Amino acid sequence: MLSYFLNRVLAMILSLAVASVVIFCLIEVIPGDPASFMLGLNATDEAVANLRAELGLDGGLLTRYLAWVGGMVQGEFGLSYTYRVPVADLIQDRLAVSLPLAIYALILSTALAIPVGVLATAKRGAWPDLGVMAAAQIGIAIPNFWFAMLLVLLFAIKLQWVSAGGFAGWDSFGAGLASLTLPAFALALPQAAILARVLRSALLETLEQDYIRTARAKGLSRRRTLWRHALRNAGIPVMTILGLQFSFLLAGAIIIENVFFLPGLGRLIFQGITQRDLIVVESVTMLLVFAVILVTFLVDLAYAALDPRLRR
Amino acid sequence: MTVQRSLIIGGAISLFFLALATLSLLWVPHEVTSLAIANRLQGPSATYLLGTDQFGRDILSLLMVGAQTSIAVAVAAIGIGAGVGVPLGLLAATQHGRFGDELIMRGNDLIFAFPALVIAILITATYGPSAFNAILAIGIFNIPVFARVTRAGALPIWTLDYILAARVAGKSKLRISLEHILPNILNLIIVQATIQFSLGILAEAALSYVGLGAQPPTPSWGRMLAEAQTMIYTHPMLAILPGACIMALVLGLNLAGDGLRDQLDPRLERTLK
Repeated sequence: MLSYFLNRVLAMILSLAVASVVIFCLIEVIPGDPASFMLGLNATDEAVANLRAELGLDGGLLTRYLAWVGGMVQGEFGLSYTYRVPVADLIQDRLAVSLPLAIYALILSTALAIPVGVLATAKRGAWPDLGVMAAAQIGIAIPNFWFAMLLVLLFAIKLQWVSAGGFAGWDSFGAGLASLTLPAFALALPQAAILARVLRSALLETLEQDYIRTARAKGLSRRRTLWRHALRNAGIPVMTILGLQFSFLLAGAIIIENVFFLPGLGRLIFQGITQRDLIVVESVTMLLVFAVILVTFLVDLAYAALDPRLRR
Repeated sequence: MTVQRSLIIGGAISLFFLALATLSLLWVPHEVTSLAIANRLQGPSATYLLGTDQFGRDILSLLMVGAQTSIAVAVAAIGIGAGVGVPLGLLAATQHGRFGDELIMRGNDLIFAFPALVIAILITATYGPSAFNAILAIGIFNIPVFARVTRAGALPIWTLDYILAARVAGKSKLRISLEHILPNILNLIIVQATIQFSLGILAEAALSYVGLGAQPPTPSWGRMLAEAQTMIYTHPMLAILPGACIMALVLGLNLAGDGLRDQLDPRLERTLK
C-alpha cells in the first residue's frame, strides 16, 4: 500500500512539475517579451522597462521560474497588472463561486446518475433503460453552455422561477446557493446522463459474475444484490468517470459562468485574456491544472480503497 | 451483412451538414458579411427562410457558413492529431516495453492530465484568438488519443505469425508498420476519428462562444450563440437554432461512429449471429 501511495505521489509531483514548465514557457517565454505584450504596441520604452522591473523579467529564465513556483507554493501569485491587487486575493474571491459550483454540479450529477443507472440496469431493455440510453446520447452531444441558455429560457424567462444570472453572494447561504442552482443543473444534467450510462454497463458486467449468482442463490433479493454487491463492485469504472467529470465540470464551469454572468474563475481568466493580464492568466491556469491533477491523484487513491488488488 | 441502423441515421445527419457546408463554399442565400441593419431581426419569410439576426444577416446563410467553419476546424484538428498521433503509436508499438514506448506513453498521460479547454484557452491567450489557434489547441489534444488507439491496435498484430515471416524476410520495422500494421488498424483509427470529429465540433463551439475561436466576420455556431445571448429575451430562436445544429451534428457523428465500430468489428458480428 505504501509503495502504491508513494508511486502516485511521485506521479502527481512529476505531472505538476511538467505542467508548470509548459505553462511558464507558453506564457513567459514563447510570446517574446511579456511586458511589451501586456502593454501593447503603443507603450513607451520607459513603461515597458518599469513593468519589466516590476515583473522581475530582468532575471534569468530559471530564476524567474523558481521564483514563480516558490511563490505559488507559499500562496503568492504576484500582483495583477490591471487590478493592482494580489492575484491570490482575486483567485480567492472567484474561487468562492467556481469551486462551490463545480462541487454542487458533481453532487447533483452523482445523486441523479446512481439511482437512474441502477433503475436502467434493473429494467434492462424496458423503457426506463431506453430512456437513459437516449438521454446519454443527447447528454454527450449537447454543448453545456447552450443547454444552460435553454434552461435560462425556460426557467428564468418563461416560468420566471429563478433569476437569469448574477451571483447573490454568500452573505445569505440560501441566496448564494439559489443563484448557483441553474448553472449547476446545466453542468450536471448532461454529465449525469453519461455517468448513468457508464454505471449501467459496469453494473451489467458485474451482474454476470459468479459471486452475484452465489448471492442470489443464498436467497438475497434481486434488489439487495444489486445495491449491496453489484454497486460497490461497479465502483471502479464509475470512479474513473467521476474523476474525468470533475475536469469537465471545472472547464465547463469556466464557460457556463459566462452564460450566467457569475463572477468566478472563468470570468477572471477571460478578463485576464482581453486585458492581456498574463499574471492572472498564468496563475489561474496553473490553479485549474493543479485541481485536475489533484483530483486524478485522489481518484487513484480511491481505486486502491475500493479494490484491494490494486494496492499491490 | 446488414448495415447498422445507427450508421445509416448518423451518417445521413453528418452528410447533411457536410453537404450544407460544401454548398456554402459555392453559394449561400445571402452574403454573410454584408450587414443590413434595416432588415434586422426579421421573422422567417420567403426571402429569409429562417429570418435575420440583429445585424440583418440571413440566419440560414450564417448557419451554412458556420457548419463550414466548425467542420473545417474539427477536421484540421483531426489531421494534426492523427498525423502526429498515429506515427507515434506505431513507433511505440515497435519499441514495446522499451524506453521509447515508455516515453511516448508517459508523454500521452501528461497531455491527458491537462484540462483540454484550459490549455486551449492558454494557447489562444498568448497567440491571440483565431481559428488557426483553435485548430492547434484542439489538435494537440487529439494526439494522445490517436497514439493510444494506434499502439493498442498495433501491439497484438506484432505477435502474429505473418509479421514474424515478414521480419524473417528482412523487412524493416518501418516497412512492416506501414505495409502490414497500418492497413490492419485503419478501422480503429477511422472510428476514433469520427469520435474526435464530434468532440472537435463541441470544442470549437465552446472556444468560439467565449471569443477564442474564429474571429468576426467569419460566422461560427459558437459565436452565433454568444451574439444571441443578449437577444434571448426577445428573440430566443437566434439562440436555439445554432445550438440545435451543434447538437444534431455531434449526435449524428456519434451515432455514425458507434455504427461504424459495430460494422467494422467482425467479432461483434459473430456474437450477434
